[in-house]
Amino acid sequence: MALLEVKDLHARVEEKEILRGLNLTINPGEVHAIMGPNGSGKSTLSYVLAGKDDYEVTAGSATLEGEDLLSLEPDERAAKGLFLAFQYPIEIPGVASMTFLRTAVNSVRKKRGEEELSTPDFLRLVREKAKELSINQDMLKRPVNVGFSGGEKKRNEILQMAMLEPKMCVLDETDSGLDIDALKIVADGVNRLRAKSRGFLVITQYQRLLDHIVPDVVHVMAKGRIVRTGGPELAHELEAKGYAGYENAA
Amino acid sequence: MNAEVKIMRTAAETQFSDVLGALPALGATRDLRVRALSDFIAKGLPHRRVEEWKYTDLRALIREMPVLAKGADKAAIAEAKKSSLLAKIGAREITFVNGAFVAELSDLTAQEKGLSISMLADALKKDASVAPLLEKINPNKYDAVFALNTAALDAGIVIDVAPGAQITKPIHIRHIVTGTAPVSVFGRVLVKVGKKAQATIVQSHAGPDAVAYLTNTILQLSLGDDAELDIVRVQAEGDKAIHLSMMIGAIGEQSRFRSFALTTGAAVSRHTVPFAYAGKDARALLAGATLLRGRQHADVTLEVDHALPGGESRELFKTVLDDETRGVFQGFIIVRPDAQKTDGRMMSAALLLGEAAEMDNKPELEIFADDVQCAHGATTGALDDDLLFYLRARGIPKKEAESLLIQSFFGEAIETIENANIRNAVMIRASRWLEQRNLK
Ligand SMILES: Nc1ncnc2c1ncn2[C@@H]1O[C@H](COP(=O)(O)OP(=O)(O)O)[C@@H](O)[C@H]1O
Ligand SMILES: [Mg+2]
Repeated sequence: MALLEVKDLHARVEEKEILRGLNLTINPGEVHAIMGPNGSGKSTLSYVLAGKDDYEVTAGSATLEGEDLLSLEPDERAAKGLFLAFQYPIEIPGVASMTFLRTAVNSVRKKRGEEELSTPDFLRLVREKAKELSINQDMLKRPVNVGFSGGEKKRNEILQMAMLEPKMCVLDETDSGLDIDALKIVADGVNRLRAKSRGFLVITQYQRLLDHIVPDVVHVMAKGRIVRTGGPELAHELEAKGYAGYENAA
Repeated sequence: MNAEVKIMRTAAETQFSDVLGALPALGATRDLRVRALSDFIAKGLPHRRVEEWKYTDLRALIREMPVLAKGADKAAIAEAKKSSLLAKIGAREITFVNGAFVAELSDLTAQEKGLSISMLADALKKDASVAPLLEKINPNKYDAVFALNTAALDAGIVIDVAPGAQITKPIHIRHIVTGTAPVSVFGRVLVKVGKKAQATIVQSHAGPDAVAYLTNTILQLSLGDDAELDIVRVQAEGDKAIHLSMMIGAIGEQSRFRSFALTTGAAVSRHTVPFAYAGKDARALLAGATLLRGRQHADVTLEVDHALPGGESRELFKTVLDDETRGVFQGFIIVRPDAQKTDGRMMSAALLLGEAAEMDNKPELEIFADDVQCAHGATTGALDDDLLFYLRARGIPKKEAESLLIQSFFGEAIETIENANIRNAVMIRASRWLEQRNLK
């Protein structure tokens, strides 16, 4: 069974149709990349999958392991195993990073019928994962993302992903704003999570990230649809030729 | 025709005048009480046409005066014993039940060197400097709550910290109301902190739900030069109570004052803070968190008076309004011509959770000195949808996500409490409010 199956998805925001018949199938273990010009609807797709309120689905379906995603609350989707690494992670003043992580981890564990992590187990896990992502303990003492650099925010997203052990990871331009060292750290973090049972949807504008996270399938998105699908070589072609041909393709 | 206008009095105003007028005259406070009563008879309860009471119309809100509480009998004391509000902060407790001092629930033993806690009546007899402390700081300003409290002046307590004394153990003054019949309860606390002395005082208010009682309590403090004082107040009255309170302060040169007020109780509450900088280069922090549900109405009004140079004031108030509640914040700050180099920053932020909730935010700066730095801000808003979505996308259920954000909102004010035990206890009280919200 497909891990993520999106069929003929139409969605709009403020009366404007953004997704216009999108189809996408990701099997367990696969890494798919979606590339496409600015404004083609990539973030909208990620938000619709994660369940953001502002977006109205007008037709089509999206399922995770055969189960309807669109009727679930955002937190239920997360518990089912969907994870979205935000293009723009937001700052949450006053909420300590550790409290946030712990509440999140235990919420999904509870919904998955697993036992909550004890404080020592939780701390051990955070320390281990944070170290792998070069996130120092001082960062974790601050409120969520407050005062973090762009790169730190993106690494923090990957830390959350590692902690929540999702099945389907959607990464929305996780490479934007990263220098080459940070990019490697993030890519290594993602690659560590690659597993037979897990799927990835990597949204990016640049082929650069895909040198580090090598995809199985590359899609081109334009005007709310997948307009072309190929192998990793497609990313190189796009890097060379740009999106010029796709702006009006749909 | 007779030109004299006959003032119409409400039933409550007449009851207050009659009942308090009939009280036996106490020696030392007799004149004070007589003056206060005649003030009240002349001016009565404030109504919405009185500027400072525009949003909290006491004449309309107080329909009648509940009978004067008769103090604490055995049953009342037994009931008060069950009150566990802030029980674990390691403080010396002083307890008033239905307005009367209760020795068996108070600890006056082993008072630290330099600390003297005495009953108001005794202190007035012994120490001539106590009586002036009972006066208003602005003699020309009428305040009905002050007038009523003074006209009813009876049991009270004086906490006197001698110059140089460092009293590290917090002193917790508890005002507990008991029983099922509505009563009127008055209380007065005087705090005198001498030069270079230091103390921490907690004041809490608790009472039964579903009883329409009325409390009127005034804390008056005077802080000597270079002295330091922390005040933490927790108002957790019963849900039908009317709570009227004042914290009246005058702080000396280079003194440091911090106060925090948690408000979760009472159907109607008004907390007025007349506050004067009586010496130069003094610093004060006035902070608070008000958490309201149902149809509660809570009013915090600051009257901060910078008369001397170099004063620093910080005001930080957070109000969370659920359901159909009404919150009021008024921050009147005056910087007089001599108060150069005053540095004042006032912030009042309100979080509207209920669709029918309403916040009236009224910061008002009056500046007569030219070399000052003063700023104020007031915000009112709902929970941020993007923040909520971020938390929910991480698997945190809606109510819990809301709780995290609400807690971070009021937490900023609670964080200003210096003493860690008290801060934690206040945080737990506030968290309990959130837990109850999640049960709805
Ligand atoms: N909340 C929103 N309100 C209004 N327009 C939006 C909103 N979100 C996205 N859009 C519009 O939808 C289109 C697609 O945006 P987006 O999904 O962010 O594209 P991409 O991520 O591919 O750059 C853009 O034209 C954008 O302006
Ligand atoms: Mg985008």
